Amino acid sequence: MQITDLDKKIISRLQGDLPLQPNPYAAVAEEVGITEEELLQKINAYLKSGILRRMGTILRHHKAGFNANAMCGWNVPAEKVEEVGPIMAQFKEASHVYHRPTYPDWPYNLFTMLHGKSKEDLEEVAAQISKETGITDYKLLYSTKEYKKTSMKYF
Amino acid sequence: MKQSAANLSGFDREILNILQSRYPLVSRPYAAIAQEVGLTEEEVMKRVATLKESGLVRRIGGIFDSQKMGFSSTLVALKVQEDKTDAVAQAVSAYPGVTHNYQRAHEFNVWFTLVTRSEEELQKTLNEIMDLDGVVKLRNLPALNLFKIGVNFDMSEA
Repeated sequence: MQITDLDKKIISRLQGDLPLQPNPYAAVAEEVGITEEELLQKINAYLKSGILRRMGTILRHHKAGFNANAMCGWNVPAEKVEEVGPIMAQFKEASHVYHRPTYPDWPYNLFTMLHGKSKEDLEEVAAQISKETGITDYKLLYSTKEYKKTSMKYF
Repeated sequence: MKQSAANLSGFDREILNILQSRYPLVSRPYAAIAQEVGLTEEEVMKRVATLKESGLVRRIGGIFDSQKMGFSSTLVALKVQEDKTDAVAQAVSAYPGVTHNYQRAHEFNVWFTLVTRSEEELQKTLNEIMDLDGVVKLRNLPALNLFKIGVNFDMSEA
């Protein structure tokens, strides 16, 4: 979809925090200079076109009791990627499943972000995914330091 | 007020599940949530305020798709000399398009995500990062396909 200057203004505002009040959309609409109804129509249009994935919140995992997370790389034969990807996606402990390119020193082409309450949890989930998909070559990468975690400011 | 998953009430968990996946697109979203969980609008808003103060809820807003908006994005793995890891990671984090940046226990010890306005800007940024003192290898891992995206945690089990 064509993104107009008004859209940029709206998107920029929606990337921030909605005010915690009974009519948050009305408040945002007023800031942007449109009506509440127009704003809701815009949001629905963004959802329909796919530029907006959803309205809602992102939780801080660490505070949500999901203290452990790991990026897991899977070495999946090229011809099995389309079959294995959806199986991995069904695991509720896997928040993201991506297919990415490989290199001689990085043979893992499917990526899952795994979340759990402990390192043992994550190992268990990875073992279950391995069992269900038949993919036995995988690498769990634990984060040892968080340098940055933000949302992109597009406009 | 200190709050962790351990002392969240059943109402809080229900509210969090709704906030995460289907924040209502109606004039009075908290009234809609209240009706669903069986509280008053005021009680729901009070609980949401506490959840925000506790830091569990970062923000309530729009979650956009960078690709669909015409932006380029990728995941990058860096192999950085051990003693230069922090310095390199800080230089990487300074780019506004770097949204996530982690040190990980692997030969590739710094992993970050990058969003840029164009493919050219993405390449230019990667070239600059490759030239940082201490960077041994850079592996560009743009998504070829996406099977799942969306960090949804079932709070009823947290």
